Amino acid sequence: MLDCTPKEPVPSDAHTIGKINPVKTCQPVGAMYAALGIHGCLPHSHGSQGCCSYHRMALSRHFHEPAMASTSSFTEGASVFGGAANLKTAIKNVFAIYHPDIIAIHTTCLSETIGDDLPTIIKQAEIPEGRYVIHANTPSYHGSHITGFSNMCRGIVSYLAESDGNPKKERANIFPGFVNPGDMREVRRIVTEMGVPSIMYPDTTNVMDSPLLNKYEMYPGGGAKIEDIKDSGNSKMTLSLGAWSSDEAAATLQDKCNVPGVPLKIPIGVKATDDLVMAVKEGFGVEVPESLEIERGQVIDTLIDTHFQYEGKKVAVFGDPDIVIPLTEFLITMGMIPKYVITGTPGNKFEKIINQMLEEAGIEGSKVRAEGDLFELHQWIKEESVDLLIGNTHGKYIARAEDIPLVRVGFPIFDRAVQPLMPITGYRGCLRLIEMISNTLLERRDRDCKDEDYELIL
Amino acid sequence: MENDCSLPAGSAPCIDERQFSIMTTGKNKSRIHCADDSLAGAVSQRACVYSGARVVLNPVTDAVHLVHGPIGCASYTWDIRGSLSSDSEMFRQSFSTDLKERDVVFGGEPKLAACIDEIVEKYHPPAIFVYSTCVVGMIGDDIIAVCKEASHRHGIEVIPVESSGFISGNKIVGYRAAGDALLKLIRPKEGETVEKTRKLNYLGEYNLGGEKWLVESYLREMGIEINVAFTGDSTVADLKKAPGACLNLVQCTGSMHWVAMSLDQEYGIPYIDVNFFGAENTAESLRKIASFYGDDEIMRRTEALIEREMKKVRPVIDRYREKLTGKRAAIYVGGAFKALAIIRQLKELGMEVMFTGTQTGKQEDYEQISSIVSEGTVVIDDANPAEIEKFLLEKDVDMMAGGVKERFLAHKLGIGFVDHNHDRKDGLAGFEGAIRFAREVYATTCSPVWERVKKNPFEEVQD
Ligand code: SF4
Ligand code: SF4
Repeated sequence: MLDCTPKEPVPSDAHTIGKINPVKTCQPVGAMYAALGIHGCLPHSHGSQGCCSYHRMALSRHFHEPAMASTSSFTEGASVFGGAANLKTAIKNVFAIYHPDIIAIHTTCLSETIGDDLPTIIKQAEIPEGRYVIHANTPSYHGSHITGFSNMCRGIVSYLAESDGNPKKERANIFPGFVNPGDMREVRRIVTEMGVPSIMYPDTTNVMDSPLLNKYEMYPGGGAKIEDIKDSGNSKMTLSLGAWSSDEAAATLQDKCNVPGVPLKIPIGVKATDDLVMAVKEGFGVEVPESLEIERGQVIDTLIDTHFQYEGKKVAVFGDPDIVIPLTEFLITMGMIPKYVITGTPGNKFEKIINQMLEEAGIEGSKVRAEGDLFELHQWIKEESVDLLIGNTHGKYIARAEDIPLVRVGFPIFDRAVQPLMPITGYRGCLRLIEMISNTLLERRDRDCKDEDYELIL
Repeated sequence: MENDCSLPAGSAPCIDERQFSIMTTGKNKSRIHCADDSLAGAVSQRACVYSGARVVLNPVTDAVHLVHGPIGCASYTWDIRGSLSSDSEMFRQSFSTDLKERDVVFGGEPKLAACIDEIVEKYHPPAIFVYSTCVVGMIGDDIIAVCKEASHRHGIEVIPVESSGFISGNKIVGYRAAGDALLKLIRPKEGETVEKTRKLNYLGEYNLGGEKWLVESYLREMGIEINVAFTGDSTVADLKKAPGACLNLVQCTGSMHWVAMSLDQEYGIPYIDVNFFGAENTAESLRKIASFYGDDEIMRRTEALIEREMKKVRPVIDRYREKLTGKRAAIYVGGAFKALAIIRQLKELGMEVMFTGTQTGKQEDYEQISSIVSEGTVVIDDANPAEIEKFLLEKDVDMMAGGVKERFLAHKLGIGFVDHNHDRKDGLAGFEGAIRFAREVYATTCSPVWERVKKNPFEEVQD
C-alpha cells in the first residue's frame, strides 16, 4: 500500500518540523538549469561531486537530455582549508578540456558552510582571453530550486549585462522564469508575433530539448548568446516573468543599466497571457496582430465548449510559486475550485496572492500554503478529497492512495516524456491545459461510469 | 594510490592526470588508477558517500529513512530505486530535516531530535535510519548521541548512518557506512539469541523489479529458504533474524563483501559469491548453493530446474544472437561486479565489448575485467562524458549499457541504450532476466528509429 500518511489529522496548523515528501528541492539545480540557458556555458558546481551528480541526474530525468556540469570535487582537505584551490584548478581544467565560452559557478551547501569567497577566487583564477566566469551563491538551506534559478539569473545580469549609454533599442528582454524550453519558445513566439525583437535569457530551447544529430554536442546550438546578454542592457524594457524566478534579475538590470522591468506572471492561462500581450503592446506601441486575436478567441471558444466537463470540480495544485499562481488563476477562469494550493518554496506573498484570487472569485474553504509539503497536502485530502491533482511526479503516491487522477505540470516530471517540449504558456498553452485537464476527467468518467452512461458523445 | 605504471598513449579530451585511469587492454601492462578521488573540474559521473549508503539501506521497507541535511540531499533520493516491497511502502516516503541557515549556524541537533519525535508520533516505525550529509559533517552535529537518546526515549531503533559525503566522493565508503548500520541493527541485545536455521541470507540483493522474489522462487523449488535479503524487500524484524542463517550469498561484491566477512566473524556464517545476471551465471550460482547444502535431493531438483529453464532461454538467446552478432557494445556501470556480468551476457549474445568502465571498481576488479575482454578494449575508471563520447564514437559502438546519466548521451550519439542501474524498473536477474536483457539489447540496438536516423532526407547522402 503506497498510502503511508496517517489518517488522523495533524492538529490544525501543525506544520511538519522538517519535510515529509517535499515540494521543493535545493538551489543548485535551479542555478544549473539557468546556466544551461547560456550558449556555450558549462555550469560548475562548487562543492562535492555527489551534489553535482544529483543535480545533473534530476535535470536529465526531467528533460531527457544529458545535463553537463563540472564539479570542484571537494574532499576533506577542502572542508578544512577552504575550496579556493579546488576551484582555481577546476577553472583551469574546465577551460583546458571542455572549452566552454563561459563557466557559471554555483555554490552548494558545503562551500557555503565553508564560506568560500567566490568573487575573490574568480578574480585570482586564470581565465583565458575572451572567456567568462560568473557565479551565484546558492545555499540550499535557504529558499528552493527557484531561489537558485533566480540567483543565477541575477548573477548573469550583474556579470554580463552592459549599457552603452545610447538611447535604448526598441527591443524587449524576456526573463522567462523556471519553465520548460517548450514554454520559453512559446513566449518568444508571442513577442515576435507582435513584431518586437527580443533577447531571452536564460534560454534553454535547443539545449534541453535538442534534436538527435548523431553526434554529441557538449554545447548544443541553443542558449542565449553572450553578446546578446551583454546588449540586453541597451533594451527598452524587460518582461520579467515570475516574481520568484525573475524579478530579482530584472531589478538588478534596472539598477545597473536603467532598463525598466515589467513584473508579470509567467503567462499561463488567458489572463496572464493577456497581461503579457498588453505589456508588449503598451511598452512598444504595437498592435496586437490578428493571429494572436484568433488564438485567444480559440481558447475562449474551447472554454465555452467544454466548461461543463470540469466546472465545479475541486482541484489540489502544488508546485513552484511562479507556475502555481497563474495556473490557479486559470483554474478559476475554468470554473474549477482550487481547493488546496501548495508550494514548497518559502514566501508569504504566495499565500497572500492566492488567497486574494480566491476571495475575488468568491471561493471559500480553500487551504493555501507556502513552504508546505505533500504530507500536509495528503492529510488535507484525507479530510476532504478533491477531484483532480495538478502538479509534478511526486504527487503520484497521493494520486494512487486516494484514487485521484493527476495532471502532470511543473518540475520535476520523471515519469512522462515529451512535456518539456510542449508549452503550457500562451494561448496555445491554454488549449493544452484544457485538453489535459478535461481528457483526464473524461477518462475517469469513462472508466468509472455504468454501461448505460458510457457515451460516444461527450 | 601509488602505482608503478607505464604511461598509456595520451588522448585528447582527457585531463592529463586521468591518463592513469584509462587503459587499453593488451597494449601495456600499466595498472589502472581507481578508487581515486575525481579531479577538480571533472564532469564526473560519480555519486557520494550518502548516496552509496542510501541505496544499500533504502529497501528496508518498513523503516523511516530520515535524511539529516538541507532539502536537496533528500529530494534527489526520494524513491530512487526500483526496489519492490511485498508490504510496507514506508521506505518510499521522503523525510528530511530540511536544515535552514539558523540550524547550520547554531547546530542541527535540536531539529533532528524534534523530527525524530514527530516521525515516531505520526508513523510509529520499527526503526529510523538517520543519514548524515556533508553539511551535517561540517557543522559537527553529533548524530550518534541524538539517535541514542531518541532510541531511549521512544524504545525503537534509531540508527545513525555516518554518510557525510565530503570525506570522499566514493560510494564504497557509503556502502561501508550502511554495512555498519546493518550490523548494528541485527546485533542481538544482551541476553537474546537468534535461533539457527537451515535458511540462507542473500546479501547485496535489492529486489529491483522483483529480482529477489525470482531467485527466491528458484531456491524454494530446490528446497532452500531465504532467511532475509540485505536489503531487498526486508523489514526490520526480518533483518534481526539474520544471525540465524547457515549461509550468506553475496551478490553485489562492492557493497556487501565486508558485511559478509563481518557476519562470518561475528556469527560464524560462511559466505559464497553468487551472480544471477545471465543464464550461465545463474546456473553456476544455483549449483554452488546446492552443493553447499550437500543434499542429493537438493542437487537433483537444482539440475532439473536448470535444465528446464535453459531450454527456455537458449532458443531465445540464439534468436537474438543472429541479429546481434558483430554489433559493438559499451558498458559503463557503478560496480565491477555488474560490469563483469554484463560483459559475459553480451558475449553470449555475440556482441563485441569495445569499452568498459565503472565508477567504483577496485584494482582487482579491473584486472579481472581486462582478462575477459578482448584485446583493444578500453577499460576506464570514473569516465567523464567527453571520454565516454570519444570512445563511443571512436569504437563505433552500437549499444551501451549504463545508468541514467549516460542514457541521453548515448541517444544523442545515435547509440542504443539499456539501463542496468539500480533505478531500472525491470528485473534482469535469473533466467527470465537473461531473456529480458537480450530482448532489451535487441530492441534498442535494432530499433526501427535508427533507420530514420540513417535515412534523413534533409542531409546530403553519405556513402
Ligand atoms: S551534500 Fe554530500 S551527502 Fe548531500 S548530496 Fe552532496 S555529496 Fe551527497
Ligand atoms: S548538500 Fe545542499 S546542494 Fe548538495 S544536494 Fe544537499 S541540499 Fe543540494
